Amino acid sequence: MGEYTAQELLSIFAMQGFSGLSLFSVLLLMALGLAIIFGQMGVINMAHGEFMAVGAYTTYLISVLSEEYFPGFVEYYFIFAIALSFLVAGALGYLAELALIRHLYKRPLDTLLATWGLSLIMQQGFRSIFGAREVSPTLPDWLMGSYQPIESIDIPINGMFVLGLTTFVTLAVFYLMFKSSWGLRVRATTQNRVMSGAVGINTKKVDRLTFALGCGIAGIAGAAFTTIASTGPTTGSLYIVDTFMVVVFGGAASLYGTIASAFSIAQAQSILEFFISGSMAKVFTLLAIVIFLMLRPEGLFASKVRK
Amino acid sequence: MGFVYDRLLGGKNGAIGMAILAALILLILPMMLDLFRLNLVGKYLTYAFAAVSLVLLWGYGGILSLGQGVFFGLGGYCMAMFLKLEASDPESTKIQSTPGIPDFMDWNQLTQLPWFWEPFNSFGFTVLAVLLVPAVFAFIIGYSMFKRRVGGVYFAIITQIIALILTVLIVGQQGYTGGINGITDLKTLHGWDIREDSAKYILYFVNAILLFSVILLSRFILTSKFGRLLLAMKDKEDRVRFSGYDVSNFKIFVFCISAIISAIGGAMFTLQVGFMSPSFVGIVPSIEMVIFAAVGGRMSLIGVVYGTLLVNYGKTIFSETFPELWLYLMGALFIAVVMYFPNGLAGIWDKHGGKLFGFIQNMKYIGVVRSMLDKKRLVKAEVSGE
Repeated sequence: MGEYTAQELLSIFAMQGFSGLSLFSVLLLMALGLAIIFGQMGVINMAHGEFMAVGAYTTYLISVLSEEYFPGFVEYYFIFAIALSFLVAGALGYLAELALIRHLYKRPLDTLLATWGLSLIMQQGFRSIFGAREVSPTLPDWLMGSYQPIESIDIPINGMFVLGLTTFVTLAVFYLMFKSSWGLRVRATTQNRVMSGAVGINTKKVDRLTFALGCGIAGIAGAAFTTIASTGPTTGSLYIVDTFMVVVFGGAASLYGTIASAFSIAQAQSILEFFISGSMAKVFTLLAIVIFLMLRPEGLFASKVRK
Repeated sequence: MGFVYDRLLGGKNGAIGMAILAALILLILPMMLDLFRLNLVGKYLTYAFAAVSLVLLWGYGGILSLGQGVFFGLGGYCMAMFLKLEASDPESTKIQSTPGIPDFMDWNQLTQLPWFWEPFNSFGFTVLAVLLVPAVFAFIIGYSMFKRRVGGVYFAIITQIIALILTVLIVGQQGYTGGINGITDLKTLHGWDIREDSAKYILYFVNAILLFSVILLSRFILTSKFGRLLLAMKDKEDRVRFSGYDVSNFKIFVFCISAIISAIGGAMFTLQVGFMSPSFVGIVPSIEMVIFAAVGGRMSLIGVVYGTLLVNYGKTIFSETFPELWLYLMGALFIAVVMYFPNGLAGIWDKHGGKLFGFIQNMKYIGVVRSMLDKKRLVKAEVSGE
């Protein structure tokens, strides 16, 4: 690295580190939903990426509508769009659980196949409604531009916004899972379904709401995603394997593990990306994770759940 | 004789099923279809190798691999590397800045054949590589995972990550692998032009016969003691372990066998289609192979061949006429199979096929009775003088 000065190297690390943080935010938002669905319920939701796309398309739709009919609202629509993305994706998740997932809890590998079918249908749905081209919403002015602490460092504001949103959602999820009575019921159902039913928890309702919550968080991830890149019908499927990897690497049933693994994967990838080509950075990161998982299948943070 | 009948053909039902399938693939389809369509069927049948391998691994072993495309691709790429080297002799590549190396290497400023390409000049080595490279790869994955008792969902996800790694690697390393376009412009096998019509017919039949051999081999494996252990492991793994069997070794073995079977399919794919590209390696093709197996019936060696043919035929027909409907239909098919017909086409046939035969016999019976009644009525009519 002789050709870089110390100042440049610092800037590179700061900027690549920050782009890693943006990647971390989206990965974590995606993975939080999946950690709840896969980690807590054991359902392999291959359509998770499509629920993210639902959020992204909802944001796009709100943006188009507000530009068309309420031009004064354009500055503020984004906050509203995030909430609506959560609701729409969550409602669709609720329906999916009702129609499909609840019949398959005893066959986890089959949920993988059925949700893959669901993801195909949703992808084609996006294509029929929004067209095959990628779309992106018009971002409000306050999300544009960048922040320059010193001359050679350039930090985009949308990245900071997404980071803030991720922090908020993560805290909310932690509060819900570990402090609320609903979270208590979810954790009880995960640990011992029969006993939870016996003490009067409506485990079916818990399942349905848990799944809906996971999908809703994916919807928020989609809304956040629109600030970074444009959305197409297959956008969701590009991220699904990465997301699973984050959850598995972190240790399926541990939310702390999910955060740690999203952080390390995103940072490793974006810092490596600067020095070697993007695809090789991805290969090395993935390979390291596979080898790690072969040595330690339970992931970074093993949780003590009885099998 | 009893050995062949019971162990290879699978008793009376198996033998009838095999005969019907053989008649379809070896006689009816070649007679009915033109060469273009037959070549398509040949391509579908190469996927059937992967579907058969999933019967062993997933149907009987209960191990869902989402990485069969990896092995299919490894087999296909090994074959493609040999064919590509034969197609790029110094004579036909003399316009390149470095003659004698594959064209995509020249475009990527490589001046020398990479070391791992060198052995693929030999056909014997290539055939060995088609079989051994996937087997060794599967052994490494299987050994490190099954010995640590990683299974089920985790195994599925990790094989999927491996499929992703291989795709990214192939696409990223253009100079060595041909990148996203894959290895194209394959011409001859030992001077035999594989693009000619007669070659296409011959390759179709070679492929079909290989497929039947693989099915017979799989049936032999499944009817052996090993097959019964596999089924026992799927249902009660701990119990088999407590009986003193080393479960992980059996799993590694069946994983390696299934890898080899998929790889043969991949090599035949390259020969029949004339190229190999990363789009047949990654996550989507791997899951599609699982779809073929699920639709055909994950427990039926013959059913999965029908499943593969049907799904691919549907895909071709629908993507030609109603491209928009196809994904809806595919998705709905998949959900329906998983939710209502977990044993696929073969399950439906087992349940209703017998009734269908009974129904046909009933029809005959009804016909006979009716004609007797009609005669009686005629006689009566004559008697009463009407």
